[in-house]
Amino acid sequence: MKTADLIAILSAYNGRLLTFMEVCGTHTAAISECGIPSLLPPTIRLISGPGCPVCVTVSAYIDRLIELATTENTCVVSFGDLLRVKGSRGDLRSAVGARVEMIYTPFKALELAESDPDTTFVFAAVGFETTAPIYALLAEQIIARGIKNLKLLTALKTMPAVIRTLCAGENAIDGFIAPGHVATVTGSALFGKLARETGKPFAVAGFTAPSLLAAILALTRSAGKASLFNFYPSAVTEEGNAEALTRVDRYFEPCTASWRGLGAIPHSGLRLRDEFAHLDAGSHGLTEDHIPAGCHCGEVIAGRSRPCDCPMFGKDCTPESPFGACMVSMEGACYHHFINDKH
Amino acid sequence: MCVAMPGRVLTVENGIARVEFDGNIIEARADLTRVAPGDRVLVHAGLIIQKLSATEAEEMDAIFADLREIMEKPDEDR
Repeated sequence: MKTADLIAILSAYNGRLLTFMEVCGTHTAAISECGIPSLLPPTIRLISGPGCPVCVTVSAYIDRLIELATTENTCVVSFGDLLRVKGSRGDLRSAVGARVEMIYTPFKALELAESDPDTTFVFAAVGFETTAPIYALLAEQIIARGIKNLKLLTALKTMPAVIRTLCAGENAIDGFIAPGHVATVTGSALFGKLARETGKPFAVAGFTAPSLLAAILALTRSAGKASLFNFYPSAVTEEGNAEALTRVDRYFEPCTASWRGLGAIPHSGLRLRDEFAHLDAGSHGLTEDHIPAGCHCGEVIAGRSRPCDCPMFGKDCTPESPFGACMVSMEGACYHHFINDKH
Repeated sequence: MCVAMPGRVLTVENGIARVEFDGNIIEARADLTRVAPGDRVLVHAGLIIQKLSATEAEEMDAIFADLREIMEKPDEDR
């Protein structure tokens, strides 16, 4: 069997309409960049779910970052994607007087804080299970090095509860392409448990076209059945990275998290444990979500709308001039639909 | 944001690995995985999150072997 055979088998599928959701921003990007939707018949539909951490972040969190970045002697440190996401009063990049440092790795924040002790640095700690171990190590290093001027503003999310919410909703989802890098940390067993709970198939996929097509074919063959497949075996084991999970558990505990488009979901986030509350920059209570009038990001994230169903898509909202978070992020569904599919 | 890239470890010293990606070399923390020079690893935002157990070619072989097995099973739902 070769990739061409995979495509031929999938192309010939003429059964009932099947809808599969990916819940990983990097999968959204890979699926779009590989042109996978164009290889599928109309009877297999792929939709993007809440897998891009930037896209699912509520406006109250962005507002808090702007408030901190414009406070005297305070600097916000962030991954680049977050800088253009709009809160209720604009974005970090264009906030007047905001002091912001963009980094590739959160560990850079340790050097920043040590080199400028008169400034309080706040790391914008967003992400899923893949990134949570980095924040645990960051907390560990802050304490070990005795750094007093580096804190975290957390909006960490986890997958199981949001997937259960999606399955309980109105979406007719026939299976999930499970996130490869989340599964690298958590282990595939987590998705096996979700498969049994929801009665749906889950296929862990890597980020190449053959791996993704294999996942889609396996889901097609297993629609309606609780099944687990692993098409990223070089990185994903059943148990995941036990050391990473231990570190996350040491510093964080489950909490209710607010998701754009889906609202507050119990046990769908992580917050610093009480004994490490001194490292928190005011993450609690950031639940309000102001979505600009006309923007369908919330519907897109929840899988209820396609990007092109939004009246602003490609007109008032483009990658050059993004209106909603899904067009800002390079892992956003709208961004990729615009770049690779629509134009 | 969950982007992770496969690379090869060149050196490991004091928990910091130098990892090569197609000629580019970056530093990544190795706190959460036991790695040694020559290992293929997955790096996410400056942290090695896993040691890769197979090459890309070996992974493709495993994927297609699994698929053959899936395709040989009777398809009850169609």
